[in-house]
Amino acid sequence: MVFPKGKLITIMGLSGCGKTTLLRIIGGALKPVKGYVKVDGQNIHELNQDGLYDIRRKMGMLFQFGALFTDMSVYDNVAFQMREHTDLPEELIHDLVLMKLHAVGLRGTHNLMPSELSGGMARRVALARTVALDPMLIMYDEPFAGLDPISLTVVGDLIRRLNDALGATSIVVTHDVQESLKIVDYVYFMANGVIVAEGTPDEIRASDKDFVHQFVHGEMDGPVPFHYPGGNYRQDLNLQA
Amino acid sequence: MPAAKTIRAIGHRTINAVWRIGMATRFFFLTLMYSGSSFRRFHLIIKELFSTGVMSLIIIVVAGLFVGMVLGLQGYETLKRYGSESALGVMVALGLVRELGPVVAALLFASRAGSAMTAEIGLMKATEQISAMEMMAVHPIARIVAPRFWAGIISMPLLAALFSAVGVFGGYFVGVVQIGVDEGSFWAQMQAAVDFEHDILNGVIKSFVFGTAVTVIALFEGYDAPPTAEGVSGATTRTVVTSSLVILMLDFILTAMMFGGS
Repeated sequence: MVFPKGKLITIMGLSGCGKTTLLRIIGGALKPVKGYVKVDGQNIHELNQDGLYDIRRKMGMLFQFGALFTDMSVYDNVAFQMREHTDLPEELIHDLVLMKLHAVGLRGTHNLMPSELSGGMARRVALARTVALDPMLIMYDEPFAGLDPISLTVVGDLIRRLNDALGATSIVVTHDVQESLKIVDYVYFMANGVIVAEGTPDEIRASDKDFVHQFVHGEMDGPVPFHYPGGNYRQDLNLQA
Repeated sequence: MPAAKTIRAIGHRTINAVWRIGMATRFFFLTLMYSGSSFRRFHLIIKELFSTGVMSLIIIVVAGLFVGMVLGLQGYETLKRYGSESALGVMVALGLVRELGPVVAALLFASRAGSAMTAEIGLMKATEQISAMEMMAVHPIARIVAPRFWAGIISMPLLAALFSAVGVFGGYFVGVVQIGVDEGSFWAQMQAAVDFEHDILNGVIKSFVFGTAVTVIALFEGYDAPPTAEGVSGATTRTVVTSSLVILMLDFILTAMMFGGS
C-alpha cells in the first residue's frame, strides 16, 4: 500500500479483517510479522522508542470513539500535546486551542467536560486534538461509527477540509461505504489481511468484482456468506436424515 | 487422565503467577525510571494526592476513632484484671502506632484509593485513552502511573499517622472521659513508654512499605486489566484481595524484623 502526500485514502473491509491492526502497525503500536512500514522515509519498526516518539509527534490518530481524556476539559484535551511537546506560552496555546476548536465548530464547548458532549461532538473535539500540532499523517479509526446523519456529514467534511488545509496525508479506516466514497481520493479493500481490490471511488463503484459489489451495495449473500460455517443443520436440531 | 489435567492446571497457574510477578516487577522499575518526568510535572502529583489522600481522610478518621475506642474499651477490661488500668494509654498508643495504624490504614487505603486507581486506569485502557496518549508520543507510565505512584507513597504514611492520632483520642475518650481512668497517668505513661525511633519510626516505615505495595499492585492491575467491563471489575477485585494479603504478609515479616527480638 502507498499513501502519497496530500491524499485522503480509505481502507475498507469487513469487521475483523485487519483494518485497525494495520493502523496500529503504521503507528508503531504493533510489529508486523513480515513486511515493513515506512513513514517519511523511516522504517517505523527499526526505530528505538525515542525515534518512534519523534515520528509520532508528526502523526495524529483519531480513535473510534474519540478517546478523549475524561478527567480533562475539552480545552485541556486539545491543549494536551501543545503543553507536552512545545514550550509555547499559555496565551498562545489559548489562542491555538480556540482556533482548532473553531475549525471543528465547537469553540463554545471549551469549558465543557467530555461527559457533557454528544458522540458526534466528542468525535469533533477529538479531531481538533488530533490536528493540534498540524501532523503530516492523520489516521482515522472508524470515524463514522455510531454517528447520526448530520454528524456523519460534518465529520466527513471536516476530514476532507482538514487534510487539504494542512497538506497532510490521511488514512481513513471505515466500513461506511457511502460517506467515505464521497470524500476520499483512493480506496483499498481488505479481506482476511490482504488487499482484494483498489481504485478511485468511481472505479470502486463501477467494479465488477463480486466482493466489492457485495460490499458497496450491502448485499446479504455473496462471497461473504450470510451463514457462519457450521455443522449439519438437521443434526444440530437432532432430526433424523 | 484427571491427575495429568490437575498437574497441567497447577503448572499453568504457577507459570502465569511467576509471569505476572515478573511483569509487575518490570512495571515497578519502569515507574521508577519515569518518575523524574513526573516530578517535573509536580501539579499532577498534587492532583493525585488530593484524590488518593484527601479523599480517603473521612474513612481513615472515622475508622481510626472507632478502632481507638474499641482498643480503649478492650484494653481497660484486660488491664483491670491486673490492676494496671493506668497503663491504658501505653497499650492504646503502642497498639496503634506499631500495628493497627499502619495495617488498618493500609487495608482501608487499598479498598478506597487502590480500587479507585485500578478502576480508573483500567477504564482509561478500555476507552483507548492510554493508546491515544501513546500515539501522542507521551509515555503513559510517565504521565498516568508515576504521579499516582508517588501520591500513594506520600499519602499512605500520613494517613496511617492520622489514623493512629485519631485512634489515641478514641482510646482517651472511652478510657478517660467515659470510664474514668486517670488522665495524668494515661498521657504520662504513654509519653514515657512510646519510643520515637523504636515505635513511631518503625510504624512509619511499615506504612511506607504498605503504601508502596498497595500502590504498585493497584496501578499494575489497572494497567494490565483486559479492556472490558469484566476485565476492569476483575482487576479491581484482585487489587483489594492481593493488597490485603500482601499487607498482612509484609506486616508479619516487618514485625518479626523490627520487634521480634525485643
